[in-house]
Amino acid sequence: MENIITIKNLKKSFGSLDVLRDVQFSVGKNEVITLIGSSGSGKSTLLRCINLLEVPDSGEILFHEQNILEGSIDVNKHRSAVGMVFQSFNLFSNMTVLNNCMIGQLKVLGRDKESSQKKAMDFLTKVGMDKFAHSYPDQLSGGQKQRVAIARALCMDPEVLLFDEPTSALDPEMVGDVLDVMKTLANEGLTMIVVTHEMGFARDVSTRVVFMDKGVIVEEGPPSQIFTNPQQPRTKEFLSRYLG
Amino acid sequence: MNLLLSAAASDNLLLQAVNIFIKYKSLFWYGVKITLLISLTGTVIGLLVGLVVGGLRAMEIEPRDPAPVKLFKKLWAVLSTIYVEFFRGTPMIVQAVFMYYGLKPMLHWEPIPAAIFIISINTGSYMAEIIRAGIQSVDKGQIEAARSIGMTSIQTMRYVVMPQAIKNSFPSIGNEFVVNIKDSSVLNAISVTELYFQSNSIAGSIFKFKETFLVTCFIYLILTFTTTRILYYIEKRLRMPRSSFPASQTVNEVNHL
Repeated sequence: MENIITIKNLKKSFGSLDVLRDVQFSVGKNEVITLIGSSGSGKSTLLRCINLLEVPDSGEILFHEQNILEGSIDVNKHRSAVGMVFQSFNLFSNMTVLNNCMIGQLKVLGRDKESSQKKAMDFLTKVGMDKFAHSYPDQLSGGQKQRVAIARALCMDPEVLLFDEPTSALDPEMVGDVLDVMKTLANEGLTMIVVTHEMGFARDVSTRVVFMDKGVIVEEGPPSQIFTNPQQPRTKEFLSRYLG
Repeated sequence: MNLLLSAAASDNLLLQAVNIFIKYKSLFWYGVKITLLISLTGTVIGLLVGLVVGGLRAMEIEPRDPAPVKLFKKLWAVLSTIYVEFFRGTPMIVQAVFMYYGLKPMLHWEPIPAAIFIISINTGSYMAEIIRAGIQSVDKGQIEAARSIGMTSIQTMRYVVMPQAIKNSFPSIGNEFVVNIKDSSVLNAISVTELYFQSNSIAGSIFKFKETFLVTCFIYLILTFTTTRILYYIEKRLRMPRSSFPASQTVNEVNHL
């Protein structure tokens, strides 16, 4: 299996706080990886390092064998290939839903207006938000915003899509809608890395579960192994709180 | 008795003011036109100056910036601070006299272009700070989202941050226009024939300062009051949930759940 992302010896600290301490990790094509762990374990920071919203202190992040931490890398080009969905949606509030999905295609990828609009409408239809194409983000509910945010990311045709706790800011009723969209994407073979507290999603959808604690990966493996037969005491402790 | 007298006097004052207004209305009108011309163009150019100065000021130095970009940003921070502090820290009347006479040997300018220049550059310093504050009020997540789809920092500024910053700071931007309508009166110091200068000429020629400047007061009040009403209207429009659909849309209806 071809690795899209390989991470070696990644370290990151904020001041005196070591958030990532020597992380090794790789992502293959079509994999759906869930990163689980308690708050402050470093999983969001790891995700943000992958599209360089955070710059690691040391280590390597190889994207198709190319170290993206080298100075010669076109950061913006890299980011357009690695989509990101945020906990707080972050839809551009000055633009309609449709324009949210078109701006990156027009300005970053240099696509023409017609094909951008077509692609945007296709993905909005896919996430069930095509009826809201001309609404502004303020007029949408949280779940609707997050589905638009997913469509916006998909419009860039990313090779990997990163999800940073995509359902944590949602009302329980809306979580299902967003998770359904993510399940569909996973089934279609999109490579995804998902930071989440939704253990059901991790167990049922992901191909690999990665458990992080205190800035290191404690244990990783297929969901069947992690959820039914965890090896590390720290993993057992964490999961017992979720699964009872 | 006293009361009657003063009532008669005030009657008289109003009556005389009305008479002065009727008699000299073309001179007042000329002053109004100049006042509106210099304050409106000055505010618009000042806003453009503020967008550039404040916009660049708000762009933080990133660790991955190439060395020349870093140097430019540092230099810009220093120069813009000097600019903002100087023009906010000295009275416009002093700036006007100093720059008008100081630059006259080189530019050979007339009072009106000089007035527009001075109001623009003075307003620019305030606008720069207004825009900077507006930019800082934009949610950081908006910037991260723009960067995460690969937009450059300039694109992020132009398409995402600036439109929101301008909307957020619209009340302060409009307020600068109102201030300029009033404060452009100090430009009589360099013989700009705006409303105050005209009033002073009229009053001086008929020796009726009180009556003439009562008229002037009313005119300024009408100008500023009308302007604030218009600004409130625009502000309300900006705040409204927008629901206008372009003609070329693919769906006809927004279905609110």
